[in-house]
Amino acid sequence: MTTTYAVLSEGLAKRFGTVRAVQGLDLAVPQGTVCGVLGPNGAGKTTAVRLLTTLLRPDAGSARIAGHDLVRDPAGVRRRIGVTGQYASVDGDLTGRQNLRLFARLHRIRDAAARAAELLDRFGLTEAADRPASTYSGGMRRRLDLAAGLLRRPDVLFLDEPTTGLDPASRKQIWEAVRAVKEQGTTVLLTTQYLEEADRLADDIALVDRGRVAHTGSPSHLKALIGSYAEAVVADTDLLVKAAGVLDRLTGAEPSLDRERNAVGAVTTDPTLTLPRLVRELDAAGVPLLDASLRPPSLDDVFLRLTGHLADSKEPAA
Amino acid sequence: MSTWAYDGTAMVGRQLRRVRNNPGLAILTQTMPITMLLFFGYVFGSALAVPGKEYRSFLVPGLLAATAAGGIMTGMFQAAADSHRGVMDRFRSLPVSRTAVPLGQAAADLVVTAAGTVPLLLVGLAVGWRVEGTVPEAAGAMGLLLLFRFACTWIGIFLGLLTRSEDAAGQLGGATFVLPLLSNAYIPTGNLPGWLRTLAEWNPISAVTTALRDLFGKAPVPRGAAWPVAHPVAGALAWSAALIAVFLPLAVRRYTRGEG
Repeated sequence: MTTTYAVLSEGLAKRFGTVRAVQGLDLAVPQGTVCGVLGPNGAGKTTAVRLLTTLLRPDAGSARIAGHDLVRDPAGVRRRIGVTGQYASVDGDLTGRQNLRLFARLHRIRDAAARAAELLDRFGLTEAADRPASTYSGGMRRRLDLAAGLLRRPDVLFLDEPTTGLDPASRKQIWEAVRAVKEQGTTVLLTTQYLEEADRLADDIALVDRGRVAHTGSPSHLKALIGSYAEAVVADTDLLVKAAGVLDRLTGAEPSLDRERNAVGAVTTDPTLTLPRLVRELDAAGVPLLDASLRPPSLDDVFLRLTGHLADSKEPAA
Repeated sequence: MSTWAYDGTAMVGRQLRRVRNNPGLAILTQTMPITMLLFFGYVFGSALAVPGKEYRSFLVPGLLAATAAGGIMTGMFQAAADSHRGVMDRFRSLPVSRTAVPLGQAAADLVVTAAGTVPLLLVGLAVGWRVEGTVPEAAGAMGLLLLFRFACTWIGIFLGLLTRSEDAAGQLGGATFVLPLLSNAYIPTGNLPGWLRTLAEWNPISAVTTALRDLFGKAPVPRGAAWPVAHPVAGALAWSAALIAVFLPLAVRRYTRGEG
């Protein structure tokens, strides 16, 4: 069986003046999966989504979205996609219900009122439905925006940083909604700055750096590649040296010392090195611990490892 | 119903709902000329050699034309707000006819303007302005007025899509306030120095104002005026048609292309 791709792009490029926002974007998202486009601010994520959703015309490259050619048949693409922007793109002067009814009408949905009511209910907005959207909280607006993107049951749903700036409870609601969308068979392409978000939602992660896809793989693949960061905090310098020896033996990696905090840490890709084992080994070596942790890598770790530079370095590529 | 008509109707509905939910700007732009009629008509009018009542009758058509020119500001403000806040992107990502969104905005604006003109006409009647033309002439005057408003709104929509800035729209609001000062809306242009008179009479607002004075009030066309004022109805029609012919395609193109 051959894989059908809901999103297939080759060499998509867009420049604004001298800034190459996207330079040669290659993406292949199999139908029915969630693709997480992960990258820091300024990596070109938003431009990539704007290109793929026909909001921008590419300078070069091609793409097929749900079988429609992006450049030759943008109207066909628009019929098959749903878009939710980074900033809630609903009309603040209209109520939630009026917004959804309008977008439903423009989607040629026969019973626009019923469909609007259904989605308001699904996203917990029924109570606020008749208030202007400008009075909504950030989370409510984002939910309304997501509902607007789902009115016509799109083949591909594009979400541009759906949870940036949201509180943890709202973030969870959005995550659940994305999972439910996937359950219904919709392909989802979401951009995010959060490794955790990509990890939880995505089947595949495309790491974007300076307008290019730097690395692609499943979250576990990426994590295995990057490893975790094991750290021990102790009381004094003597213990620090002792702890460093244990970490060296356990991880096989060069431990880095933080003498101000009396902390020592090392990167590990060994799946058998769990937090209990880390604590037991240090304890057995006679190192009284003040604190110990085994944390997943941060986006900075990921970037440093896979691109060779830090995520926040923004100088444009030559 | 054809695609753009269906989409356009939905967009008109959206704009009207928007004004109903948030009527501030519409009320402000429609009550402003009433304030000016009373202020200019009684304060300035008393200082002028012309009798006050005569000046107020002179002023009403000028204020109608000046308010129509305010469509530049309103159109720009709404288009800029939509672009800036991302609603425009939502529309552009939908399978919607490319002309429907700006056309819906312009058409809805006509409905609001037509309704908003009524209070000014009533206050005008109360302070001594009279309709002396026939019913068809008066209807023609209203039609001309709305056509000119429609043209001005397209200028505004284009500028709003171009700048994407509500602040810029606000600043331009001040500029559109100055435009009628350089026309025959508030003063007769006959006594202006030659070059200033030419400039003022080629201002589209002058042709529209003169046409309204002619159709509503049977006022004689000023002697020795520039062509659009000397032939006010043809002048007003020509100006409106020219502005629409330039700015409608520009606005639609801008909307289709987005920022890139």
